[in-house]
Amino acid sequence: MSEDGVVKKFMYVNRKSPYGTIYALESLEVVLITAAFDQDVSLTFTDDGVYQLMKGQQTEGIGMKNFSSTYSALGDYEINKIFIDKESLEERGLSLSDLQELVWEDEDEDYAEKSSINLVSRAELSEIMNNQDVVLSF
Amino acid sequence: MNMLHTINKSPFENSTMSSCIAMCSQDSSILFIEDGVISVMKSTKFSELIENALKEFKMYVLKPDLEARGLSLNNVIEGVEIVGYDEFVDLTTEHKTVQSWL
Repeated sequence: MSEDGVVKKFMYVNRKSPYGTIYALESLEVVLITAAFDQDVSLTFTDDGVYQLMKGQQTEGIGMKNFSSTYSALGDYEINKIFIDKESLEERGLSLSDLQELVWEDEDEDYAEKSSINLVSRAELSEIMNNQDVVLSF
Repeated sequence: MNMLHTINKSPFENSTMSSCIAMCSQDSSILFIEDGVISVMKSTKFSELIENALKEFKMYVLKPDLEARGLSLNNVIEGVEIVGYDEFVDLTTEHKTVQSWL
């Protein structure tokens, strides 16, 4: 719980490809900061945002920091509600198997490893978004 | 050769790629860089547009930008030539002018 006991539901909506702009990296940094304040955080990857989670990113050639491995740390920050827009994957010819697996450990079940990823439709996303206190778009 | 167009934006994000193809004249080439590389991947909703345009224009895509994004070289539409920075430089000198679409 945070100091004054107020926990809000924060959703980060990621809509951009990594590296072309700074949005993806900035979002990830803000997400980790929010998690440190013990807030209820969820992440949505939609539109080109789904590319942020692509497996096998190799950034040596463009001289930029490869931050894709940081996503796998989200589970350690108790960020385990990750929503991936199914339609966005489909229109890009992608499937979940093209994306990295993100997991968290459930301490109530002897630290069993569970997937953080939820494949959802846009209709479902709409409802999930509606239930948030704060929605931040990147 | 006529003109080299470079495209650095995702086709899902704005209309740069389709505008470029619509305005591209004969004997011109298109080079996809940065987020523009998404344009030439197989099985997206833009693949058909690219395949048709390949009948008229030469198309190139920058390899380091594909690799950075985890986009497989095998998933690049056939006929699009995968190039490195050296060839990027050659392309700019071989063409009369360069139009960098933003």
